[in-house]
Amino acid sequence: MAKIAELNDFNFENSIKESELPLLVDFWAEWCGPCKMIAPILEEISSEREGKIQIAKLNVDTALAAARRYEVMSIPTLILFKDGKPIRRIVGAKSKSSLLRELDPDLS
Amino acid sequence: MTQHREVVIVGSGPAGLTAAIYTARANLSPVVIEGEPSSTSDQPGGQLMLTTEIENFPGFIDGIMGPELMSNFRSQAERFGANYHTAKVTKIDLSGRPFKIWTSDSKSDEPDYLAESVIVSTGARSLMLDLEDEVRLIGHGLSTCATCDGFFFRDLDIAVVGGGDSAMEEAIFLTKFAKSVTIIHRRKELRASKIMQDRAFANSKIRFQWNSVVTELHGESQLEGVTVTDTVTNQETRLDFSGLFVAIGHVPNTDVFVGQLEMDQNGYIVTRDGTHTNIDGVFACGDAQDHVYRQAITAAGSGCMAAIDVERWLEAKHHPAS
Repeated sequence: MAKIAELNDFNFENSIKESELPLLVDFWAEWCGPCKMIAPILEEISSEREGKIQIAKLNVDTALAAARRYEVMSIPTLILFKDGKPIRRIVGAKSKSSLLRELDPDLS
Repeated sequence: MTQHREVVIVGSGPAGLTAAIYTARANLSPVVIEGEPSSTSDQPGGQLMLTTEIENFPGFIDGIMGPELMSNFRSQAERFGANYHTAKVTKIDLSGRPFKIWTSDSKSDEPDYLAESVIVSTGARSLMLDLEDEVRLIGHGLSTCATCDGFFFRDLDIAVVGGGDSAMEEAIFLTKFAKSVTIIHRRKELRASKIMQDRAFANSKIRFQWNSVVTELHGESQLEGVTVTDTVTNQETRLDFSGLFVAIGHVPNTDVFVGQLEMDQNGYIVTRDGTHTNIDGVFACGDAQDHVYRQAITAAGSGCMAAIDVERWLEAKHHPAS
């Protein structure tokens, strides 16, 4: 299964620049109920779309600077980066089918 | 593939999961159609998933976190054989027997479930302001989940709209982060319980904007402020806030049953003789049929009633008294 990487304020920018696949970053925190609900869905997407998407998590408690930089004010927020640039933003917990509906058009 | 069940429970808050515990223990193998993840209270586990500490649920001397309580309910029902399906009901046909329930493609001829009996426990969700720009600013300063988003408003001036217990609870919670929290309320007194009012009044970070309704939201990429209109003088005032949390009341999640189940003018399902609805074999419990008490414990209590009503109803159907 494709591994979901843990990002922090130090490796965040490099990770989005260097990722060869579209990189989906999950901005989350321990105290956020809806974040916990989508975590297993993201693991499923990570293995079902292996080779098409890389998924990473960023804990906003420990990496607030990165969250601020991308104007994250609500979690869960998912941002899809392609070639280092944010191309899609999904705010709030969603079902697996609606997440895939938003993500799939950007995955080749 | 269509599954045929004795009992299908729609909704997974305290009412639905209590009904699941009771019907599972009665060997009725219930399936709970539990909803889909969302950041509103219309989600698996229901409204308690967006709360923090629950202090008034009996049996927990020191209180318990809302999501943890719901996780316990769920595991308890699972232990007795309840099944879960993480989906929303997209269509239901209560006109024939067995009842037909769709969870995916509502246009398909084949329903996902055939049910001898149905327990409706779909709960209620928070009302929004119904303003232009509201959808655009959700997640950009306008929030539906104080526990999720309060953290991002550290040292900022924010506001909560509403005058009930949930508005007070959100405001008090948000003072942990915010510089100030203004409660915007359309009257000049609160309808919250005495204990919550006392706590709000005693909190030095909480201010009140009385007799005011929010009539406009301002901000391009992020919320910058609101216009409030005075309900007495009609005077408009612009107030600057970085965050706005809405707690102005609830609306029942009963859309899918419209035209089939009898409802009051606000969409709450009408129950009689316990949890019976106008359709024989369909029972309703929790906030979907209760706009008066709306507590976790009353929802759980009515879920238990629905389970007992279902059990007796099925028993009478399978073994009619001769």
